[in-house]
Amino acid sequence: MKDFSYVRATSAEAASQAALQAGAAILAGGTTLLDLAKCGVAAPETVIDITHLPGLSDIIVSADAATIGALARMSEVADHPSIKAAFPAVSESLSLAASAQLRNMATIGGNLLQRTRCPYFRDPGTFPACNKRAPGSGCSALGGVTRNHAVLGTSEHCLATNPGDLAVALVAFDATVSFAGKTVLVEDFYRLPGDTPDKETVLGRGEIITGIAIPASAAAKNSIYLKVRDRQSYEFAAASAAVGFELEADGKTVKDIRVALGGVATKPWRARAVEQALIGKTLSAGTVEKASRLAMEGAVAQGDNAYKIELAPRVVVRAIQQLALKTAMKTGGLA
Amino acid sequence: MTRTIHLNLDINGRAHALDVEPRVTLLDALRDHLQMTGTKKGCDQGQCGACTCHVDGRRVLSCLTLAAQVEGRQVNTIEGIAGEDGTLHAVQAAFLEHDAFQCGYCTPGQIMSAVACIREGHAGSDAEIREYMSGNLCRCGAYNSIVAAVREAAEAVNTPVRETAEVA
Ligand SMILES: Cc1cc2nc3c(=O)[nH]c(=O)nc-3n(C[C@H](O)[C@H](O)[C@H](O)COP(=O)(O)OP(=O)(O)OC[C@H]3O[C@@H](n4cnc5c(N)ncnc54)[C@H](O)[C@@H]3O)c2cc1C
Ligand code: SF4
Ligand code: FES
Ligand code: FES
Repeated sequence: MKDFSYVRATSAEAASQAALQAGAAILAGGTTLLDLAKCGVAAPETVIDITHLPGLSDIIVSADAATIGALARMSEVADHPSIKAAFPAVSESLSLAASAQLRNMATIGGNLLQRTRCPYFRDPGTFPACNKRAPGSGCSALGGVTRNHAVLGTSEHCLATNPGDLAVALVAFDATVSFAGKTVLVEDFYRLPGDTPDKETVLGRGEIITGIAIPASAAAKNSIYLKVRDRQSYEFAAASAAVGFELEADGKTVKDIRVALGGVATKPWRARAVEQALIGKTLSAGTVEKASRLAMEGAVAQGDNAYKIELAPRVVVRAIQQLALKTAMKTGGLA
Repeated sequence: MTRTIHLNLDINGRAHALDVEPRVTLLDALRDHLQMTGTKKGCDQGQCGACTCHVDGRRVLSCLTLAAQVEGRQVNTIEGIAGEDGTLHAVQAAFLEHDAFQCGYCTPGQIMSAVACIREGHAGSDAEIREYMSGNLCRCGAYNSIVAAVREAAEAVNTPVRETAEVA
């Protein structure tokens, strides 16, 4: 890790100013930044520690929405009783991520800005070619080991998966992120790689994320996050799904349903085609299976990751089934 | 040019002054600058849990924490877990009782993680212990004994009696 200078920010404005300098990087939990500095991917000249700033860690849940400060820790949000009650998929996406230690360190703002786990991206010494790290240098993953690379939203320049779990749940429930006086949908915060895979979000230089907001809804309250991976815990998703639905008064017709996918796309992926296919229907096995296949519309396999095209729709099916069972048990009858 | 910064760290309830480069992690500060080598370096990349310490009572990875970041916070390490008189912490005693290690390299991290896991209320069943201890890898595969030790310690420990410097 190259040496850098350390600045402890005294206000968000000061941090933002300092972050405009060349070579400056915001330091929150450090679980992405310091990791990448050790890999030689990040080489900040100055780190600006924002973890001691007051007023950016609040978690407030009202009847309309949850607002969460950028410095709230993953563990605090995961374990918050009102988040668990009104946004179970959000809580589960956090508690199924990383480890207890990492969740105590990592912040919500930093979480949204975590970088891909593409092994070529993380190893500049061995693999100089990476369009995300060094624009125009090529992509070492093409023709390489691609087991955990994306099948959706890729371009010829980059097929790196966005590895985050929380953002998948946020995208499902129309959450927004606030930075530099702006508020945008989390879905629009992320960019597709296209021919600029180095530009992952719409966040500008020196802009500080201040927090997120998740609107309350019946679907968010009745939701689940299912994560399938190579080992039982402490692993990124091979494929994951955030699902939430609201049924009509008849207790079986779908009034509103949200489906988003993780582990398979270059950004947190809302599966609107699946949602459209299920609204107004009942959640019978055949209907759910057929609809879930629509999640892979436009998917492109690149070698080892072909299995994700099979796996992801099954994860969606299982998530819907598990949630339907949970819903039936709560309402005291099977839908 | 080497920059150094002066830090005052509160470790196990004692003040420690040191001059380090800003990039020095809490792990390296403990091991290389303060000769507190109980905290282990496994992967140095946040993947194994060997370096687990407590900051303000919460378990964290000292390999991904800068020493500079914890100035003004309370740090607790494996060296501060036993009582002043050397009486072992209930988790330490349970690890001995259950032979919850082989080479012992992961053990300080396992114990620091287990102390916090119990305090968080995440040691209610074997399945919960496995899930909430999954951030601590053991290359010797002592997992079954580790789970048994944490379960027994969770039953024995109702209040965190030993860590006087920490808030429950
Ligand atoms: C071993 C391991 C396993 C993991 N497993 C998972 C997993 O299963 N699922 C998952 O979702 N994640 C996982 N993660 C990733 C982890 O969740 C992220 O590293 C973490 O959330 C990043 O948050 P942080 O506060 O530590 O960010 P930092 O490392 O401090 O910052 C990350 C980036 O965001 C910038 N930044 C931080 N805060 C702000 C802000 N408020 N405004 C503007 N810029 C900011 C920083 O400059 C930096 O570029 C894992 C990480 C590790 C090391
Ligand atoms: S997939 Fe993207 S991040 Fe990975 S090597 Fe190719 S360009 Fe780099
Ligand atoms: S040494 Fe810190 S997690 Fe492995
Ligand atoms: S006892 Fe050897 S690594 Fe755990």
